[in-house]
Amino acid sequence: MDPQAAKYIGAGLAMLGMIGAGIGLGVLFGNYLNGALRNPSAAAGERPMLFLGMALTEALGIFALVVAFLILFS
Amino acid sequence: MAQIDPMHQFQIRRIVELPTVAGVDLSITNSVLAMLIAAGAICLFLAAITAKAAIVPGRMQSVGESLYLLVNDLAESIIGHEGKKFFPFVFTLFAFIMAMNMFGMFIVVFTPTSQLAVTATLAVLTILIVLIVGFARNGLGFFKLFVPSGVPVALLPLMVPIEVISFLVRPLTLALRLFGNMIGGHVVLNIFGSFVVSLGLLGLAGGVATLGFGGSVLALGSVVALLALEFIVAFLQAFVFAALACVYLNDVVNLHHH
Repeated sequence: MDPQAAKYIGAGLAMLGMIGAGIGLGVLFGNYLNGALRNPSAAAGERPMLFLGMALTEALGIFALVVAFLILFS
Repeated sequence: MAQIDPMHQFQIRRIVELPTVAGVDLSITNSVLAMLIAAGAICLFLAAITAKAAIVPGRMQSVGESLYLLVNDLAESIIGHEGKKFFPFVFTLFAFIMAMNMFGMFIVVFTPTSQLAVTATLAVLTILIVLIVGFARNGLGFFKLFVPSGVPVALLPLMVPIEVISFLVRPLTLALRLFGNMIGGHVVLNIFGSFVVSLGLLGLAGGVATLGFGGSVLALGSVVALLALEFIVAFLQAFVFAALACVYLNDVVNLHHH
């Protein structure tokens, strides 16, 4: 196989890691809304934790992006 | 058709050539210029709104006050009553990163936060301050951070390496998150923007290709929506960086409460 083509396929495959980040963010925000609609008065207090969880979940997706960039531009 | 190169916007160019001193190139690049603009804009903005501070704030003053209160509440809610001590550091991080992100959204200004060197410097700075505060306040008790309380002794050989690794990964994730978000957002905007032009040119060919105009309009709509999203991300990433700095500081400030 052409090495350049293999590079592009590899970068594409590396981005599959984003699936996990997507599922994670969906679970995170879904559950936050679930809790927030049941008890709206407690929702504001949990917002920093929501963004914290978002940041940690998203970091894993970003790792996949970085691996894809490394494959693409190395 | 011209080759689309979404990474072109991240190229560093020298604007003012300066000599190399002790192996460090002192030239002012577009990245440095954007950082100077960001830092200067924050100083000017905060000086301007506090120069004529009124009890009933005007428009600009209430923007500044809400930024202050946002970070103040964040520091107090995460670190507790000692959050005030770390407020200047956290607010500086937040304001600087947000200014860099926001100015970077305008096409003429370079985005310094899309350079790993810049985000890694900020992340290493944060972790160094966490280490200094940790050792200054707790001495060697700092290492208790790696030994979670209430864990059975049999599990400690497993838990301690995990805690050490998770601590070591912190500067890495801190740097990569900001870098990845900014570079990802700008690349997506660039690619969708190039769709507008290339599908529009395709539509000019006539016949079935006229459908290209529809695609072009669709792409233009997505660029507008993505641009709005990117402004939210620019703010949110600065907020997340500040929040994580608070969380890491809280770990060492309130070590005995663990």
